[in-house]
Amino acid sequence: MSDVSLAKAPAGDAAPTLQVLDIHKRYGGLEVLKGISLEARDGDVISIIGSSGSGKSTFLRCINFLETPDAGAVKIGGEEIRVRQDRKGNPRIASHRQIERLRARVGMVFQSFNLWPHLTVLQNVMEAPVHVLGQNKAEVRERAEALLAKVGLAERRDYYPNHLSGGQQQRAAIARALCMEPQVILFDEPTSALDPELVVEVLGVIRNLAEEGRTMLIVTHEMAFARDVSSQVMFLHQGRTEEQGPPSKLFTDPDSQRLRQFLASHLH
Amino acid sequence: MDMQVFLAAFPELMKGAWLTLQLVGVAIVIGFAIALPVALLRVSANPLVRAVPFAYIFFFRGTPLLVQIFLVYYGLSQFEAVRESFLWPVLREAYWCAIIAFSLNTAAYSAEILRGAIQAVPHGEVEAARALGMSRALAYRRVILPRAFRICLPAYGNEVILMIKSSALASTITLLDLTGMARKIIAVTYQPIETFAAAGVIYLVMIFLFALFLRWLEGKLHANRKPAPGMPN
Repeated sequence: MSDVSLAKAPAGDAAPTLQVLDIHKRYGGLEVLKGISLEARDGDVISIIGSSGSGKSTFLRCINFLETPDAGAVKIGGEEIRVRQDRKGNPRIASHRQIERLRARVGMVFQSFNLWPHLTVLQNVMEAPVHVLGQNKAEVRERAEALLAKVGLAERRDYYPNHLSGGQQQRAAIARALCMEPQVILFDEPTSALDPELVVEVLGVIRNLAEEGRTMLIVTHEMAFARDVSSQVMFLHQGRTEEQGPPSKLFTDPDSQRLRQFLASHLH
Repeated sequence: MDMQVFLAAFPELMKGAWLTLQLVGVAIVIGFAIALPVALLRVSANPLVRAVPFAYIFFFRGTPLLVQIFLVYYGLSQFEAVRESFLWPVLREAYWCAIIAFSLNTAAYSAEILRGAIQAVPHGEVEAARALGMSRALAYRRVILPRAFRICLPAYGNEVILMIKSSALASTITLLDLTGMARKIIAVTYQPIETFAAAGVIYLVMIFLFALFLRWLEGKLHANRKPAPGMPN
């Protein structure tokens, strides 16, 4: 089961796992992202923080093109997707196949879980590896069961999502993302829709993934958690990276006045 | 009411009921085959593509089924080209005219039912499919349509039941469906009450059986609504 255990590339000057270059995004007259870049090396855990409206979720969604950026590029596994503009200035993506390939390599965990209610937990987890990657069903099943055991849902695999608590649903959604064996996993406020007592179990699962050396980007409001697990923290403010660095620096001695204010209102 | 006449009508009426089932069954199958692509056109992001089926749905929902049957049965034969085409052996049969009219009619309604259901699939579930690398076609096949079918089942079942009853109009173009057969019996026996009562009973039983099937199907497709395994009711 090499796929479940950690496989960490030797550190050093290896090319970044994921490179996001100069992402711009506007909705009508409102410029939400004003050129944000990011580089994640293998095993990096990058937390993206900022007040609501700072563009952090939009930025995350631009990385796997759930939102189409107006300009910028995403590079993963030696493949680059660059947004070009057509004559009217609207963003154009050359190849939808390329985006689908990228999405298959980049897992995503949503705030509202988004499990498919007509499928059992196990079927939810198996669906994409079987039908997107065309992998052998028996092998996928074995992997899916191992992943469900890992997130503590082995006994719930034949349940439907509506029979699970929010925390269990989110853990199932994490297993679903993991079963694709992604190179990077994006977490979009994974605990914001959960009751406080359920937040812990989900954060526990994400923490384990971080310890395994998974490469992850996490948009979160859980500052203590971000401080604990991150190798890098990005603070976004009004569509720009206001400050970026290791958590020890950002959470204790930030340069930016805005980050100071933000932290004062979020760390109690 | 003469029970003797009431009971005596059944053997002949059952033959009519069989024709009703054929007409409705074939029309539902063809109608659904038309409705699916029409519904997919209706949810297109492109307004021009969306407009394509508009006239079709506008016409078939906006005119009575009886008028549509007459237009197909009496109308098409007015055209020399139709009478001389290879389709004439089919189009001159009242049987096929009824099926054509029923199919096109039910397809227009079904397409709208299906369109509503497709649009009712929560956006997040579709997004999850896309985020896992599914192409648009695969997301439709594996997530959106299976969800939409479940969502629209009650409304679609209603449409089928309405179709069973509307099929009585086939009797206006010489077909001996359940209603047509009843009228034929009455022409001989002059006992309309007993005969129509018997026909009504058969319609009721057919629709009751279909409703049972529908309930069974809903239970099967909505396994997630049952209590979880090992959980108290």
